[in-house]
Amino acid sequence: MKTKSVTIPKPAAGVVAVLIGTRKGAFILRGDKARRAWELSKPIFLGHIVHHLVLDPRDGRTLVLAARTGHLGPTVFRSTDFGKTWKEAERPPAFPKAAEGEKGLVLDHVFWLTPGHVSQPGVWYAGSSPQGLFRSEDGGRTWEGVSGFNDHPMRSAWAGGEATPDGPKLHSVNIDPRGPNHIYIGMSGGGVFESVDGGRDWKPLNKGCAADFVPTPDPEYGHDPHCVLLHPLMPDRLYQQNHCGIYRMERPEGQWIRIGRNMPKRVGDIGFPIVLHPRDPDTVWVFPMDGTEVWPRTSPDGKPACYVTRNAGKTWRRLDKGFPRRAWFTVKRQAMASDAHQPVGLYLGTTNGEVWVSRNEGASWTCPARHLPEIYSVEVAEL
Amino acid sequence: MVVHIPTPLRSYTDKQSVVEAGGRTLGEALARIDQDYPGFRFRIIDEQDGIREHIKIFINEKPVRDLSAPTEPGDTIHIICALSGGV
Repeated sequence: MKTKSVTIPKPAAGVVAVLIGTRKGAFILRGDKARRAWELSKPIFLGHIVHHLVLDPRDGRTLVLAARTGHLGPTVFRSTDFGKTWKEAERPPAFPKAAEGEKGLVLDHVFWLTPGHVSQPGVWYAGSSPQGLFRSEDGGRTWEGVSGFNDHPMRSAWAGGEATPDGPKLHSVNIDPRGPNHIYIGMSGGGVFESVDGGRDWKPLNKGCAADFVPTPDPEYGHDPHCVLLHPLMPDRLYQQNHCGIYRMERPEGQWIRIGRNMPKRVGDIGFPIVLHPRDPDTVWVFPMDGTEVWPRTSPDGKPACYVTRNAGKTWRRLDKGFPRRAWFTVKRQAMASDAHQPVGLYLGTTNGEVWVSRNEGASWTCPARHLPEIYSVEVAEL
Repeated sequence: MVVHIPTPLRSYTDKQSVVEAGGRTLGEALARIDQDYPGFRFRIIDEQDGIREHIKIFINEKPVRDLSAPTEPGDTIHIICALSGGV
């Protein structure tokens, strides 16, 4: 893709709402303009397992929410008035019915939601478990499988047997802001994949990325990206927090560089989320976790901390002011986000139901909401 | 026939705990309920026409696992969200 010159957007100055998906419903945490005072909503769909709640930035009012319950199957709910009222999708994501005598896939849950390209209002993408990609062209009302991926002859091989303990996840759907046909996805497990034709065909994009849990050296696929992000101001740059480290890629070369090698050795570079700075493609934040032995997925040595690089991964700095000295929570892959203010605000949700906020790019942290259910996702809505 | 609706599904049935349905099989009965209450069926029956893992369905106190199970006028269907521990 050719790179156009881009204008750096002005910082946001309005109110931030933090959209929180949890094991037992969704919540919205509204801040004031200073991002100092916060008010937590009542639960939304209390008791539902909410994997993702996302605002459509193209209209600023449509919310799409991925839900299921312990008993009931997966579905998607939509609100066109920022959560005042909700309607269920008329045709939620589902795999096609298999031919007689064949075994078809059964959707367990919708895991990830991404609004489509700005030129395609109403288009949304959803990633699922088992790993499938779905598309809506009507704001989430009806969904169809992206056949180019779901029926790809390599899909089953790419998905690696679908055997991960908490269910495999298709996530990190990234649309190139230069055009709607250029799409990246992450498969956990499977790796990073790219389509340049709107999803009709896909290719693995894992060169340089470690996959030290499989016997094959330098496999083409089978990797485990936890979170993959394309920087909207520099769309030829990708970052990923992987099961095997933190990486950056510059296109079109397509080689992952392990920038996590520059993290302190005692901390390592394992984690779930990675978060972008909205105006500086060289700045990203991560939240490292313990990936040793049986993978506790808690902060290394029980000392929660965020790390930031300001130079695209050459050096990293620890940011832990305000966090407890010891804590044993996990921050899941879609549970950390940034706003567009100046300085940038950071938001993360923990598995023990706390929301932590930094209004100064991670320099210090406060906890304006606690005692929520296990947090699965955190997204930021600029109102 | 009458169909008893568990509380997690009553958001679809206007909060009714019992609805009427017709049909010669369980599948037909559920399809008719879905016509009246769209979205109901997919929450308990997956896209391969399987009864979801934690849903149990009884026809006249007999558990069934297949949508082809025959039904007759006067039957009573119970849809149960199975008790299975929980978190």
